[in-house]
Amino acid sequence: MTTRLRVLDDGAWISVNDSREVRVSELWRVDAPDLCECALADLVVENFQSVGVDASTVEARVYGQCIACGATGTTGWIPLGRVRGGEFVEFDRSAVRRVRR
Amino acid sequence: MPTDVENWKSEVYGNEVRDRLFEFAEAGFDSIPDDERDAWFERFKWWGLYHQRNGQEGYFMLRIGTPNGVLEPGQLRVVGEIADEYARGPGTNPVFGDAYADFTTRQSIQLHWIELPDVPAVFEKLEENGLSTQQACGDSWRNIVGNPVAGKDGQEVIDAWPVIRDLNERFKGNDDHANLPRKWKVSVTGSADGSGQGDINDLAFEPAYKAIGGDGGEAGDDESEGDGDENGDAVGFNVRVGGGLARNEPRFARDIDVWVPPERVPDVAGGLSALFRDYGDREDRYNARVKFLVDEWGAAEVRETLQEEYVDFELESAGRDVREEYTYNAGEGERNDLIGVHDQKNGANFVGLNVLVGRMGAADVLELADLAEEYGSGEVRLSQRQNVIVTDVPDDALDEFLDEPLLEHYSPDPSPFMRGSVACTGTEFCSLSIVETKNRQVRFARWLKANVDLPADVDEFHVHLSGCTASCAQPQIADVSLRGMKTRKDGDPVEALDVGLGGGLGEDPGFARWVTQRVPADEVPGAIANLIDSFAAERDEGESFRAFVARHDEDELDAFVEPEETDYEDPMLHNTKRTWYPYAENDSMEDAPSTPADD
Repeated sequence: MTTRLRVLDDGAWISVNDSREVRVSELWRVDAPDLCECALADLVVENFQSVGVDASTVEARVYGQCIACGATGTTGWIPLGRVRGGEFVEFDRSAVRRVRR
Repeated sequence: MPTDVENWKSEVYGNEVRDRLFEFAEAGFDSIPDDERDAWFERFKWWGLYHQRNGQEGYFMLRIGTPNGVLEPGQLRVVGEIADEYARGPGTNPVFGDAYADFTTRQSIQLHWIELPDVPAVFEKLEENGLSTQQACGDSWRNIVGNPVAGKDGQEVIDAWPVIRDLNERFKGNDDHANLPRKWKVSVTGSADGSGQGDINDLAFEPAYKAIGGDGGEAGDDESEGDGDENGDAVGFNVRVGGGLARNEPRFARDIDVWVPPERVPDVAGGLSALFRDYGDREDRYNARVKFLVDEWGAAEVRETLQEEYVDFELESAGRDVREEYTYNAGEGERNDLIGVHDQKNGANFVGLNVLVGRMGAADVLELADLAEEYGSGEVRLSQRQNVIVTDVPDDALDEFLDEPLLEHYSPDPSPFMRGSVACTGTEFCSLSIVETKNRQVRFARWLKANVDLPADVDEFHVHLSGCTASCAQPQIADVSLRGMKTRKDGDPVEALDVGLGGGLGEDPGFARWVTQRVPADEVPGAIANLIDSFAAERDEGESFRAFVARHDEDELDAFVEPEETDYEDPMLHNTKRTWYPYAENDSMEDAPSTPADD
C-alpha cells in the first residue's frame, strides 16, 4: 500500500495520506547527538524539513532548538509514528525519540 | 527533484485557479476531493486565500492586496462591509469580538473565517470597487509596498505612486511572472524617510539622483513634476535585491549598483523577476527566496546576468541616494513612524492613527470610513507598522477631526508602548506560529503603559512580537524583538519568547541581537520593565535605546533583561496550538466545530 507523505504549509505540518498529522511547536525529548551534547535534547519543533518512510515508520528531519542548551539546527531522521492498515498512529509525544540515521 | 508544491503549480496555477475555485465554491467545501485538498489549498493562495489551521476546517483567511496601502475613497467602507457580513466564525476573540480586519506589515488587509461558498460574492464586491485578492499570497508578485503617503508627502523626492500602480497593473495576472519559485516582495519608495522599508524586501527601488552624461534631464523627464535636483541631476531609483527576514536567515537587500529612471522601473523589475523565475531554487523551498540566490551569486553577478539576459539597454551605475535621511523605524530621530499630524505638500494634512497590533473591528472600520469622507477626501492609507492614515484633511477641519471619539481608541498621539506594538497573526489562525500573539501583545502594551515609564525624552519604543521565525511581525527591526518559542516552567511546557534587542532600519540598518532566550511569556513584561530601568539608569545623556544597545555586548544586555513574574497575568501560557481556537471556552480539538454547512 502506498503512503502519501508531505511537508505542508512551508514546514508547519507533516501530512500522511492527505491528513495533517504532526505539527510544529511541540516539545520533544530527542536523543540527537548530531544536534547537541545534551543527554536528551528538549527540542522545540520549529519546522519540518523533509519527510520519509522506513518500512512502516514515518520519519522527518526537523529544524528546531534544544531548550536545555540553546543549540539550533536540523536533526537526522526522527521517527514520528507508524502506518498500520493505511492509518497513521503517532508515537506518544512524551516518549523519547531517537534519531535513526 | 521538484517539490510537491512545484508539481501542483505545474499542473494548475495562477489565473486559471480562479475557475476551479469558483466551481468548488458553487459545489461546496466538501466537493474538494480529500486527496486533492492540499494541492488546492496551495493554489488558492495565489487568489489570496489561506485555509486556516487544524480545528478550523472549511474556513479561510482572505488577504486583500492594496498596493502601497492605498485605499481610494469608498474602498475602506467596502472592506468594513465585507468583514461585517462574512468575517464571522465559530470563535469569538475576547479582545476584538467578531468580525474584524487586520492591517498587515505589508500594507494589506486580512479577514478571517471566510467560507468557501461566499468567495465569489466577496470577490465580486471587492472587484466592483477596484480591490483584489489576486496574488496577495502564493509564489508570485505580492502586494507592492512603499511610503504609504506617496504623492502627498512633504518629504518626497519623487512620487512613487504612479510607478507602483504601473507595476501592479503589469505584474498582477501576468502569466510570465505568475509562477515564481517563491514569493516576490517588492518595495518602491520615493520619500526620503525610508518608510518603504526596501531593505527587507526581495526587490527594492529607493530614491536616488543621477547625473546622466551630457543629457542630464532626459532620464528623469517624465510626468513627475519637479523631479531632479539643484544640480540638474535626474531623479530615479537605486536598485537593491535579496532582502528578507524569514527562516532565521535575515538579510538586508544588496546594492546591485543600478540606477533606473522611473519609466524603466518596469523593465528592470520584470527582468529581475524573470531572473528569479529562471534561476531560483525550485527543489528546496527553504532555499528558494532570492536572498539565497544573491548569497550564492553575489550582487555583481546578479547585475551582470540582468544586463546580459534580461534588459536590452545599458544599465546605469547606482546614483546618489538619500539614505542618510532615513528615519522610519530607525530607532532615533524624527518620524520613526507616520503616526500623528503631518503636512502634505498640497497644504492639507495626513493624520496617522495607531491601530494596536493592526486589528480593527468592522464597526470601527465603517466609522473610520465615515470620518475619512467627512473630514478628508475619503481616502485611507495603510502603513507597514499596521497603522492607518487619513489623508487630505484641511487645516480648518483638523481640530474637529482630532476630537472625534473614535480617535480616543485609534490615537494620533498614543502611549509609546501602544504606538510601538506590532504583532503577527499567531496561533489564533496560523499553522506556523508557535505562540499566541495579537492578544498577548495587547496585554503586554497595556501592562507596560500602566507600569513602566520611559525616560522623558524617549517617546517611541518599538516592540514587535512574531509567533515564529517566518517573521511576519518584522521582529528583527524593533527595539525589543520577541519571537515565539517554548520552554518548561516548573517542568511543564509553556509558551515562551526569545528576546532580541536593538534592531532597526535607517541609514545603517541592523538586525536585533538575540540576547535572552526562551523567557516564559508571563515573565516578558517584567523583563522589559527591568530592561527599561537599566536603560534609564545607565544611558548616556540623550542616548537612544538603539545606540545604548549597540555599545553593550550580549552578556551585558542579557543581564539587563531580567525575566520576572509581576502582576501581569498571561492566560495563554499553555500550548495554544493544541486548541481548535485558543479563546474558546471548550478549546480542545475534540470540541472543534464541524465544517461550515454549504448554504
